[in-house]
Amino acid sequence: MTDTRDLAPSGLDTSPRLPDPDRAYRALIDAHRGLTDEESAALNTRLVLILANQVGDETVLEEAIALAKGEAG
Amino acid sequence: MTAKARKSLYQFDYRRSPDQDGPVVRRPVVVVGAGPVGLCTAIDLAQRGVPVVLLDDADRIGEGSRGLCYAKRTLEILDRLGVGRACIEKGVTWKLGRVFQGEDLLYAFDLLPETGHAMPAFVNLQQYYLEHFLVERAGELEGIDIRWRNKVVGLSHLPDAAELTIETPDGAYTLRADWVVCADGARSPTRAMLGLDFVGEAFEERFLIADVRMSEAYPTERWFWFDPPFHSGRSALLHKQPDGIWRIDLGLGADADAAHEQKPEVVTPRIARMLGHDDFELEWVSVYTFQCRRLERFVHGRVVFAGDAAHQVSPFGARGANSGIQDAENLAWKLARVVKGEAPVALVESYETERVAAADENIGHSTRSADFIAPRSRQEMRYRDAALTLARECDFAKRMVNSGRLSTPSTYRQTPLSTPDAEPWAGSARLGAPLPDAPMERADGTPAWLLGEIGGDAVEIVMPDGADHGPPPEGLRRIVVGKDLIDVEGRFRERFDAVPGATWLVRPDQHLAARFRHEDPERIAAAARRMLGDAA
Repeated sequence: MTDTRDLAPSGLDTSPRLPDPDRAYRALIDAHRGLTDEESAALNTRLVLILANQVGDETVLEEAIALAKGEAG
Repeated sequence: MTAKARKSLYQFDYRRSPDQDGPVVRRPVVVVGAGPVGLCTAIDLAQRGVPVVLLDDADRIGEGSRGLCYAKRTLEILDRLGVGRACIEKGVTWKLGRVFQGEDLLYAFDLLPETGHAMPAFVNLQQYYLEHFLVERAGELEGIDIRWRNKVVGLSHLPDAAELTIETPDGAYTLRADWVVCADGARSPTRAMLGLDFVGEAFEERFLIADVRMSEAYPTERWFWFDPPFHSGRSALLHKQPDGIWRIDLGLGADADAAHEQKPEVVTPRIARMLGHDDFELEWVSVYTFQCRRLERFVHGRVVFAGDAAHQVSPFGARGANSGIQDAENLAWKLARVVKGEAPVALVESYETERVAAADENIGHSTRSADFIAPRSRQEMRYRDAALTLARECDFAKRMVNSGRLSTPSTYRQTPLSTPDAEPWAGSARLGAPLPDAPMERADGTPAWLLGEIGGDAVEIVMPDGADHGPPPEGLRRIVVGKDLIDVEGRFRERFDAVPGATWLVRPDQHLAARFRHEDPERIAAAARRMLGDAA
């Protein structure tokens, strides 16, 4: 686990922001129903680009990448 | 579903009814199915002065522990029906849960962090104990005629009635009823007799359920594992029951062979791996799959469906028996008013509106829990694992981890019986929801609970401001806070945002139908009529 978030004042908000996280999770799951693995990966990639644009802040995006990579490692 | 035959705990006698001889008899209400939902419906109706015939095709209860977790709201209902104390005394009370991933604790939760409620968050109790308490309670009530080994084999609509064909050890007979309540379970034969569709989602994942007797003392908590070290890649659940018995639930995957998995030589080592020892006895083993689905409509003419017969959910979240008992209490007071001629038949339509919405809420929760617990594709598994991994550090992901969202009562938002709030309210009381309980004191100084004092009546609660409130609305019993009930701990004031001069209207099922911050006799009287279905 990286401590990226704790090193500097962070713009990335990891507190719960969705009013209904279960509904959001279900929406993601539903979007992938019936897709092949390849199609799922492509869908997710498009989704990440859309959401990155919605975030609209490279610093926050970089913090999110660091958090995700840290978790993966 | 059962793996091995188990002796039934309680046996009842078939008795010939006078209705089986002579011309066809017509009864006000016939309830089909003496499970928890049918029994609660019958008891509630009888307590409200409506005679009930309760039919069941069997003559015993006690095969498997089945429904296990009874939620606070259900316990409040059971308390009103006269068996709450028995359930709490026999049952295992709990409110804490832990969720593990692998060997690590991900987080813990508390389902009732505040005090000042008569009933606990949850009680675990084998279904056969609940059924037995309910059968005993039904026996105390004059209005209930339970007929064991009365199997409904025909059901048809008549104008403003329904007709049942019933098989007994003495042969078949016909019975008519103004109303029939079908609480005959997930496989509901009556549903099939009316040719009604039961649509929704089927899940392929198989689960092993086992009741295990052992002396080991785990904490009285709900423990859930994702990918446990003893059951790699799957899920596991551990729950305490009365009598030194533990409920174990293990995900087996979609391809598991049900017959094979129930063999003692397969089950025993699986459970020994989980417990770390083999010092236990298997009480009951079963393999199940589940479906999340419901009838399109619950009310069909004079036939009303309730419980599993009307809707089915996954077991994660304990929403089956709990929502069924909440159906029963929603229906009973409405049927009672209609049967007694106090309200038009249209009042029953509000059962349809309110409980279909509740079923959708329960199905939604239990479907999403099932998605998380049993991912159906590699991509779903990746999402699940990502949420679990991030949950170790991030609160947002913790909120996405779903090991079952445990049963809470539905708030009736779209209902013809409620009068919308005209002003904002603070506190935990919500329009359309069951009232929050509160510790009170009677005028004579004895302690009491708010819900216990309300019971099954339509009630007007008034917070006095010195003004004369006149008589209560017709059909409602008034409780004046500070006079009839004293808010000794200030919990009522806090939970109801109780300002002087305020009024609350409470339905006979203890749901809040209207509230007013200021005395307004005309609007209050109109809201009272609407609440009781008179203005429908």
